[in-house]
Amino acid sequence: MTTDVPASATREEPIDYDMLAALDAGERPGRAGGFSASMSHLYRAMLRVKHSPAQIIDVTLFPLIMLLMFTFLFGGALSDGDTGAYLQFFLPGVLVNTVLMITMYVGMGLSSDAEKGVFDRFRSLPMWRPSAIIGPLLADAFRYTMASIMMLTFGLILGYRAEGGVVGVVLAVLVLIVFAFCLSWLWTLVGLVMRSEKAVTAVSMMVLMPLTFASNVYVNPATMPGWLEAFVSVNPISHVVTVVRGLTSGAGVTTGQLGLVLAEAAALLLLFGPLTMRKYRTMN
Amino acid sequence: MRTDAGKRPGDGRQLAIEARGLVKTFGETRALDGLDLTVPAGGVYGVLGPNGAGKTTALRILATLLPPDSGSARVLGHDVSADADAVRGKISLTGQFTSVDEELTGRENLILLGRLLGYRHTDAKLRAGQLLKALGLTDAGDRQAKHYSGGMRRRLDIAAGIVVTPSVMFLDEPTTGLDPRSRNQVWNIVRTLVARGTTVVLTTQYLDEADQLADRIAVIDHGRVIAEGTPGALKASVGSGTLRIRVQDPAQRFDAVRVLTEALDVEVQLESDPCALTARVDDSERSVHALGELMRAGMTPAEFALGQPSLDEVFLALTGHPAESAPDDEAAA
Ligand SMILES: Nc1ncnc2c1ncn2[C@@H]1O[C@H](COP(=O)(O)OP(=O)(O)OP(=O)(O)O)[C@@H](O)[C@H]1O
Ligand SMILES: [Mg+2]
Repeated sequence: MTTDVPASATREEPIDYDMLAALDAGERPGRAGGFSASMSHLYRAMLRVKHSPAQIIDVTLFPLIMLLMFTFLFGGALSDGDTGAYLQFFLPGVLVNTVLMITMYVGMGLSSDAEKGVFDRFRSLPMWRPSAIIGPLLADAFRYTMASIMMLTFGLILGYRAEGGVVGVVLAVLVLIVFAFCLSWLWTLVGLVMRSEKAVTAVSMMVLMPLTFASNVYVNPATMPGWLEAFVSVNPISHVVTVVRGLTSGAGVTTGQLGLVLAEAAALLLLFGPLTMRKYRTMN
Repeated sequence: MRTDAGKRPGDGRQLAIEARGLVKTFGETRALDGLDLTVPAGGVYGVLGPNGAGKTTALRILATLLPPDSGSARVLGHDVSADADAVRGKISLTGQFTSVDEELTGRENLILLGRLLGYRHTDAKLRAGQLLKALGLTDAGDRQAKHYSGGMRRRLDIAAGIVVTPSVMFLDEPTTGLDPRSRNQVWNIVRTLVARGTTVVLTTQYLDEADQLADRIAVIDHGRVIAEGTPGALKASVGSGTLRIRVQDPAQRFDAVRVLTEALDVEVQLESDPCALTARVDDSERSVHALGELMRAGMTPAEFALGQPSLDEVFLALTGHPAESAPDDEAAA
């Protein structure tokens, strides 16, 4: 296309017909809507998975490892050698735990993006800005679904039976994904504020680890000291586990239990959504 | 939809950019310290300055990525703070460092941007193909950008900036680190853009680049404009050229200074290279004469060159201090 010109090139305009044609064809189309822009960011996330498929290891192998570890390592000790009974109790909990752990990846991705020029490029486009966050979150919703399917499949192989049937399981996964999506806005904020993947991981772990362990995921809170039991009963993760367990086991959930989880999810979204967007707008 | 892009340089009196008293601090660092900039529509405007001068910060403010602490700026009449979205609809910014997703292929990057700008997927695909062709990247289009060479990456960055032909294009050090061939390609792209009606604002650390490309130049240092004008006027204020000489033996340097000072009748500067000397000269005849004197004195130079003043010399002339970069410029990523 371009020819070699000596460094002392004259100021004459070069005739680069391809370039001129490309510039002429660069009419500004009508603006992309918010939905379309979100879908384009989702498209980007999908392309990234296509180029490094190893990214989905954490949503396939991680659930398997968690499941095997807890069933055989702790299952016997925690329920008097009856690993089968423990699996029934534990699978819904570990499902919640696994999916919520995966939510923190969105913060890591965003903080590593923010270090790169591509972030500036996106921020300088005339587009609906939340789409840059919502797109990746939608991609993550796929990952949460995938992890759930994996977990349930492995569980079935190990002997887990969901008495709640297909409807119960689907509803449970749906509630879980909605909650995970809303919780993710906490990590998007952390990701934009911390600006270093390591720091984001550390913070996410520090929040998630105690919350998932000090919950009803692994053991019945009745076995805990009073103060811990009190904490467990107000821990939102316990609330999610209760609903997921109720739906999958067929025992059912009360409107109050379900309403509480949805209210907590909405609170997370309404708090961290705007904070994330404000940070996104004003970041350096 | 393209309203301003069609204007040729010189058309009308419209200003592409009008910035007044921009201040931006990062902790202790005053990156911009009352920067004023007036860029006419059309043509190339060069922002010249050493590391840490505040070039990137200025561009990021003008491209709505960074709010100024104080001061105001308008791009094609739209305020960058109050009317940021309108500004974004007219500009594009190609940052100092790669501004594409390196995990994606060149083509995918362009399709993604096309879609974000409002093309349907099929149109975005067509557009990506056009741009790859125009920038000579067709063969590399389906490789991940992280495997591109520096020059290819730069061209992809520029392609990403013209998915929709912008009215004002900001290019932050578009040629730093490129070999002469790639640099010429970028220069040609810039010229074509301008011929097509885009106003290009580019930053550079090289006077000769600003000289080759820019219609006007602002020299900035420590976050302020210290000189502004056409390249010709700027150079004239510094002296039309510089004679650079390297003597064969550092021991000869002081004798050489004496001979040259006498022959040229100007001050001769010692460079950090122990063999090198420079002097500002106005005409080449006199330089040739001075070289002759030097040889007569038995100090035939190892090298000599007569050229444009370097950015360092422009700085020295304009500020009285060498163009040293801000102490923390390494931290500036
Ligand atoms: N995000 C930031 N946080 C802290 N300091 C910053 C930030 N951005 C810039 N600075 C500081 O502001 C000053 C100006 O930086 P800027 O990047 O604008 O300079 P520049 O002229 O683009 O330099 P270079 O030629 O090295 O690209 C520098 O001292 C830099 O360290
Ligand atoms: Mg810079």
